[in-house]
Amino acid sequence: MDFSALANCLGSMSCAVTQVSTGLLMGMLLFLVASGLSLIFGVLGIVNFAHGAFYMVGAYMAYTAYLVSESFIVALAAGTIGMAIFGAIFERLFVSRIYGRDVLMQLLLCYAFVLILDDGVKIIWGGDYRLMGMPAAFARPPIFVGGGAIPSYYVFLIVISALVGLLLWLGVTRTMFGKKVRAAAINPQMVSALGINTRLLYASVFAIGSGLAGLAGALAAPIRTLTPGMGLSILIESFIVTVIGGMGSIFGAFVAALLIGLTRSFGSLGFPLFVDGAMFMLMALVLILKPSGLFGREA
Amino acid sequence: MSKHRTDVSRRSVLKGVSAAAGLAGVSAVTGFPFVARAQANTIRIGMPTILSGRVAILGTSSRTAAELAVKSFNEAGGVNGKQIELIARDSKASPDEAAKVTRDLINSDGCEIIIDGEASSGSFAVQEVIRELPVLCLHTNSETSSLTADPKIRSDTAFRCARQGIHDAVAGGLYASKISKEQNKKRWMTCSPDYAYGRDNSAQFLEYLKIYDPEVEVIDQAWPKLFEPDYTAYITRIMQQKPDALYSALWGGDLVSFIEQGNLYGLFTGDMAFFSGGLADPPILEAINQLPAGMNSVYRYDPDYPANEDNKAFAEAYKAIEGQLPTNWSWQNYMACQFIFEALKRTDGNTDGATLAGEMAGMEVDSPFAEDGKITMRADDHTIINYPVAWGKTKNDPKSMTDWVAGDWAEILVQEEAWKKRAGYL
Repeated sequence: MDFSALANCLGSMSCAVTQVSTGLLMGMLLFLVASGLSLIFGVLGIVNFAHGAFYMVGAYMAYTAYLVSESFIVALAAGTIGMAIFGAIFERLFVSRIYGRDVLMQLLLCYAFVLILDDGVKIIWGGDYRLMGMPAAFARPPIFVGGGAIPSYYVFLIVISALVGLLLWLGVTRTMFGKKVRAAAINPQMVSALGINTRLLYASVFAIGSGLAGLAGALAAPIRTLTPGMGLSILIESFIVTVIGGMGSIFGAFVAALLIGLTRSFGSLGFPLFVDGAMFMLMALVLILKPSGLFGREA
Repeated sequence: MSKHRTDVSRRSVLKGVSAAAGLAGVSAVTGFPFVARAQANTIRIGMPTILSGRVAILGTSSRTAAELAVKSFNEAGGVNGKQIELIARDSKASPDEAAKVTRDLINSDGCEIIIDGEASSGSFAVQEVIRELPVLCLHTNSETSSLTADPKIRSDTAFRCARQGIHDAVAGGLYASKISKEQNKKRWMTCSPDYAYGRDNSAQFLEYLKIYDPEVEVIDQAWPKLFEPDYTAYITRIMQQKPDALYSALWGGDLVSFIEQGNLYGLFTGDMAFFSGGLADPPILEAINQLPAGMNSVYRYDPDYPANEDNKAFAEAYKAIEGQLPTNWSWQNYMACQFIFEALKRTDGNTDGATLAGEMAGMEVDSPFAEDGKITMRADDHTIINYPVAWGKTKNDPKSMTDWVAGDWAEILVQEEAWKKRAGYL
């Protein structure tokens, strides 16, 4: 524990800026993945244990698209749209068969796909790590705000994630589609009885959730090495975020993800060996005090 | 329904007998089916190694180098009319699997010699198999000193042809202390993966650094998880602490990640000196997009150092097969083959473990990978010395290593002896 380092940092503008931006960066990436997870659970009641693997496949798709097209935009699109399509197919062919079944069945199905996707990635791209590399537009010295360094790519990442989050929230709360989605989350039989195509709705929701994971993977590809199995750590953190924020709440996922991100970044100064522990303790605290999460619906 | 008489007619008997005779004849000539003893004119070398998973390159680069050595040796006529056959098997980075694979190679596949291409944890498992089935075994790739330093772990027919942690640590301490004294770099930090290798390697480096420059102060140590995807928090912490120098035992994809993410923050653009235990492996240098110049790394492999024709030829032949330059593991396995071939020449093709071991102990072979042209297999603890323990710096255009400073073997051996006494191995 080094609380003096923490205190010093909070007192210093440059340190505070750096650490806050770091926390935002980690939080926003986590938010994209977790919001997809939360959306899928909130509407479909499916705990998508394969969500981390979707993030991984999105990253690999972006990597290949970037190699082929040399365009970062194309890479982002490939990761997002590719995973959205994959998610829709996954939902229609497999997930739709286990609606209403035991959560252990969901775990079995999703974990099977984690193994299949991990091995699939290994077969197609090989077991060695791959590096996409920073697109030329961002390969420049960091931006200095108040003396603290913030890499320009991270600024881009934070802005894009925030925009996507905003679009998602607007989409869910302000559009007709969003209304249907929220209604289906509350009472799927009634929605179906009203003549709304619930099958299409469910596939769309899964597609959006997977697309979000794919986008997160594509955004992370330039800064992290890609290896089979890279989805595991982000899956675990996404679960912590959804538990803390509340399953089914996009806003909850946002707040919780930021909380986790900031805990990690400041924690690595103040209690570096206990950062993971701190995250889990936070989750435990929320579970004890408000089991449905900070912004979750009362179950 | 007609009844069939199971009539064993004369014809069918003759058919059966001739088939059996034919099979026996075929078997004698081609060795099909396998028998547990090797054939008269092939010497089989078994190679358990890691061919899949995250560190697959360790095994694949080892295997290719060994195959290259075997091919050259066979083309030159082999030994006493016998050819070498290399059989590599995947242990999937599991020590249990490594032990099983080794046993199978010896018992079922007729391997009379083993090149153990396992990483540290697997090598200890294989050592126990060799203790039981004493064929000649050369451990490569395993850098943990106790495999050969500890007399309780040593075995009569087992040898190590790989770099050793203690040698690199002493050489590193000498090299780094020169820089820390000349450039007044007294405030040090480490950023290494939080597991046995990361902790031990960093501790050893610092230990010898402080022996040669007692004024060095370790102001902070960062311990990211092994295979951590995001080093941002650690990078910003290093930037807050502003050390004069940073040592890292990160390797492979983790090291690449760390440097690429560090570049985003301009971590390596200031005066901070960087020391790495694993940067100089050609695939790593290749993978890093923006390689900062002037980073220090211990020798892993360099086609231009030691500078001789055989080293370059080896690199080119290897590259023709794999499409990339050899790794640290490649040269170790290539040399292991050279030791084995020399021993076989001296025993005239006799593959008995104890006989070969007798020749191996104390053997000196020519090597393109030695500054003085020869690598020695020490007789008392069955491990190699006089291999390159140099430290060098990175440069760009093209991405490579330069300014190699050869390690001082005389000093290393003195310190190693002292370390062995402290550890109770002597």
